[in-house]
Amino acid sequence: MNIAFNSPYFRKPASVRSVMLRVLLALLPGIAAYVWFFGAAILVQIALASAAALAGEAAILRLRDKPVWLFVSDGSALVTGWLIALSFPPIAPWWMVVVATLIAVVIVKHLYGGLGQNPFNPAMAAFCIMIVAYPQLMSQWPAAGHHGDFAAQMQLIFGGGERQLDAVTMATALDTLRTALHSADSHATVHGVTSSQPTFGMFGGNGWEWVAAAYLLGGVWLVQQGIITWHIPVAFLAALAAAAGLAHGIAPDRFAGPLFHLFSGGAMLGAFFIATDPVSGATTPRGKLIYAAGIALLAWIIRTWGAYPDGIAFATLLMNICAPLIDLNTQPPVFGHKNDKKP
Amino acid sequence: MNALRKLFRFNGGVKPSYNKEPSTTEPIVDFLDVAGMPAEYVIPLHQSIGGVPHPLVAPGEHVKKGQLIGGPDGFVSSAVHASTSGLVKAVEHRLMPHTSGLTALCVVIEPDGKDEWIEHAPVPWRSMAPDEVRDALRDAGVVGLGGAVFPSYLKVNPGKKGALDTLVINGAECEPFITCDDMQMRQYGETIVRGAGILRDLTKAGQVLIGVEDNKPEAIAAMNAALKATGEQRIEIVPVPTRYPAGGAKQLIRVLTGIEVPHGKRSTDYGVQCFNTGTAYGIYEALELGRPLISRVVTVAGNVERPRNYIVRFGTPMKDLMNVAGAKPDSDRVIMGGPMMGFAMPSADVPVVKATNCVLVGSPALFPPPPPEMPCIRCGECAKVCPTDLQPFEMYWFSRAKIFGKAQEYHLFDCIECGCCAYVCPSRIPLVDYYRFAKSEIWARENEKAAADQARTRYEFRMQREEREKQEKAAKLAAKAAETKAKLAAAGAAAPEDDAKKALIAAAMARAQQADKAAEAAPAAEAAQPQAPQE
Repeated sequence: MNIAFNSPYFRKPASVRSVMLRVLLALLPGIAAYVWFFGAAILVQIALASAAALAGEAAILRLRDKPVWLFVSDGSALVTGWLIALSFPPIAPWWMVVVATLIAVVIVKHLYGGLGQNPFNPAMAAFCIMIVAYPQLMSQWPAAGHHGDFAAQMQLIFGGGERQLDAVTMATALDTLRTALHSADSHATVHGVTSSQPTFGMFGGNGWEWVAAAYLLGGVWLVQQGIITWHIPVAFLAALAAAAGLAHGIAPDRFAGPLFHLFSGGAMLGAFFIATDPVSGATTPRGKLIYAAGIALLAWIIRTWGAYPDGIAFATLLMNICAPLIDLNTQPPVFGHKNDKKP
Repeated sequence: MNALRKLFRFNGGVKPSYNKEPSTTEPIVDFLDVAGMPAEYVIPLHQSIGGVPHPLVAPGEHVKKGQLIGGPDGFVSSAVHASTSGLVKAVEHRLMPHTSGLTALCVVIEPDGKDEWIEHAPVPWRSMAPDEVRDALRDAGVVGLGGAVFPSYLKVNPGKKGALDTLVINGAECEPFITCDDMQMRQYGETIVRGAGILRDLTKAGQVLIGVEDNKPEAIAAMNAALKATGEQRIEIVPVPTRYPAGGAKQLIRVLTGIEVPHGKRSTDYGVQCFNTGTAYGIYEALELGRPLISRVVTVAGNVERPRNYIVRFGTPMKDLMNVAGAKPDSDRVIMGGPMMGFAMPSADVPVVKATNCVLVGSPALFPPPPPEMPCIRCGECAKVCPTDLQPFEMYWFSRAKIFGKAQEYHLFDCIECGCCAYVCPSRIPLVDYYRFAKSEIWARENEKAAADQARTRYEFRMQREEREKQEKAAKLAAKAAETKAKLAAAGAAAPEDDAKKALIAAAMARAQQADKAAEAAPAAEAAQPQAPQE
């Protein structure tokens, strides 16, 4: 008699791999929009990140004496790699994405115990390390509509030496606005800046607003698929919109409006793909709301008053630290104990 | 019927493939009619929750069908009866229908083929005191046939208020493959309804709600017809949404009444009680016909040619059922119960018992071993499907780390082990195994602690007793010495003493004085009990 495993004797055909693959699928609309507006360079970066993620994962798994194929094929390293590629400037030198991915996979993920154990979001931790270490390289973004310059982009990624930037790069919308509003003697207003500079689009960054819209599309599909619940994206976007809306309502010249914040920088990617990382985030329904709103508020604060143009990555790490505490204090009531008094 | 009855919902749950149709194509049939008597019935004495009944027969004795062979032992216990007439071959340890592979005391009966009933008569339950009815049910061996086998007599209780608001009869049968309740409702609906009527009167219930999952339209129709035919009042058949585990007692009570009975609380305190449909049938037979529980409906399903339901006498080897149903050659396991909560049997030789609602035959194709376990990624799927609103991944974390206190803080003991969490886990973690492990570890530690406490108390008591005895002995000696002194004094007055005698007397007096002091101290020490002596 074979009694090697116990009930339940059958299971839903679910796997970590199918979860991760669907996350990758959900990123495809965003990537398509990215290529449309900013050229194919991002595909090269994704390829670099994927290679680094798989190689790094395989190497560290072998060092840790873990089953290599089982974990390499789960897709989690690929998700980390893709998120890094998508949050880095697509024209950054090739080694930046590679180094960042190796940091994420080897140090942030595996040195903390591997899949399911890391207290910090690997992609965001790596992003923070790189932006602190290479602030210059991390702020060189391509201008929308230059996707014809693939050769020039390749030169920037793989060519060493002096980087010829002026032709293809442009400060991002968040960066431009922040610089303008922070300059002490300026009489700049939000409206004045956003209506006069080509980096601004209809409501967000030029081109980026559509990439963000595509992320939103993929994210909604993830919710529909049950891979993520609505709590984190809704709380994230609502908190960001509320903070921006309130400030904009009080001083419209000094603070950008909610739509601009939602569709600029990493907001959509953050709301649906980064804050939703279950390993490093809060897990209870109420906890998810607090956690995601916390990231959004911190990100808005960093965007508005901080030293960096965007703040999703720093905000995510800060809230990662709080996740266990949030979970502990937001445990949902158990069946039959709904009317129990709190101890 | 009240089509507008408001139903409630429990959170979570899953919708596995039910696989119920194959065993519902043929009606229930008595297993004896298709297979005849087995060579022997092996009837375990311990077939219910609670105390192990003591054997009332000895090898060589002749028993009749329905004769009491195991007497209930203790407050929570239920009687066991002979499944047929015949010779008691042995009262010995045999393999139990339990994963552990442990043996337990069984009465082995060799049938004489006459299948001769012991004298029995209907129980005049309407004119009996509630306690007497409960005793009758205990002695008839009626236990919960939904799978928990809790002695029913303890549940036939109107509660503190003296009357239940709602009596729930559980015909939900949410486990995949199992159809014994479904088929029994279709074929024996009137008996079940009458049994429900008896339970209604015994518990003084305001209403009886018979909950049936809406994937059993035939059973619902048959029960409604039975309701009309019997004319029973205050009983309603309520279709409930099909979602595992809607047939969990607490979940069904919640769906039908909105009441959540917390773990460890009596549902009667909340004005509700829940019995399985099969139990209602058994209660009718026990009281109206005076027949003890000696058989039940068993589904034989899974990897068999002819899945079907049979009325099976307790003690029939599961192997016989598999043979009749045509277990396929690639069968690799026998499961008692369903695929979600069932247990693998150590052998197909184990007997059918009161808890056997289903003999589920497995094969590597039907129940393939799960792919390799991955680490938990805290995706929360398990929490979404938990019908008890637990955070299974947190309990897993702490159970695995053997931080049992924390696991209990996360309500480990509220877990009903329904298996929903493990069913959906993308990391294929056998979550329920971890909870079973943690629970048994906690129980073992509690038992150990209780044993240690008892040993310490015993030791302390012994120390006290020895001290007391020492003091009592000293007091006795002192009394004796005083007596001797008095005697010597009397003798001394009569005769002149020499020096040696004088010295002897002086020494005795000194000893006596010491003993006096000890005697004085003794009552004080006695009063200081039961504190431990200070040493």
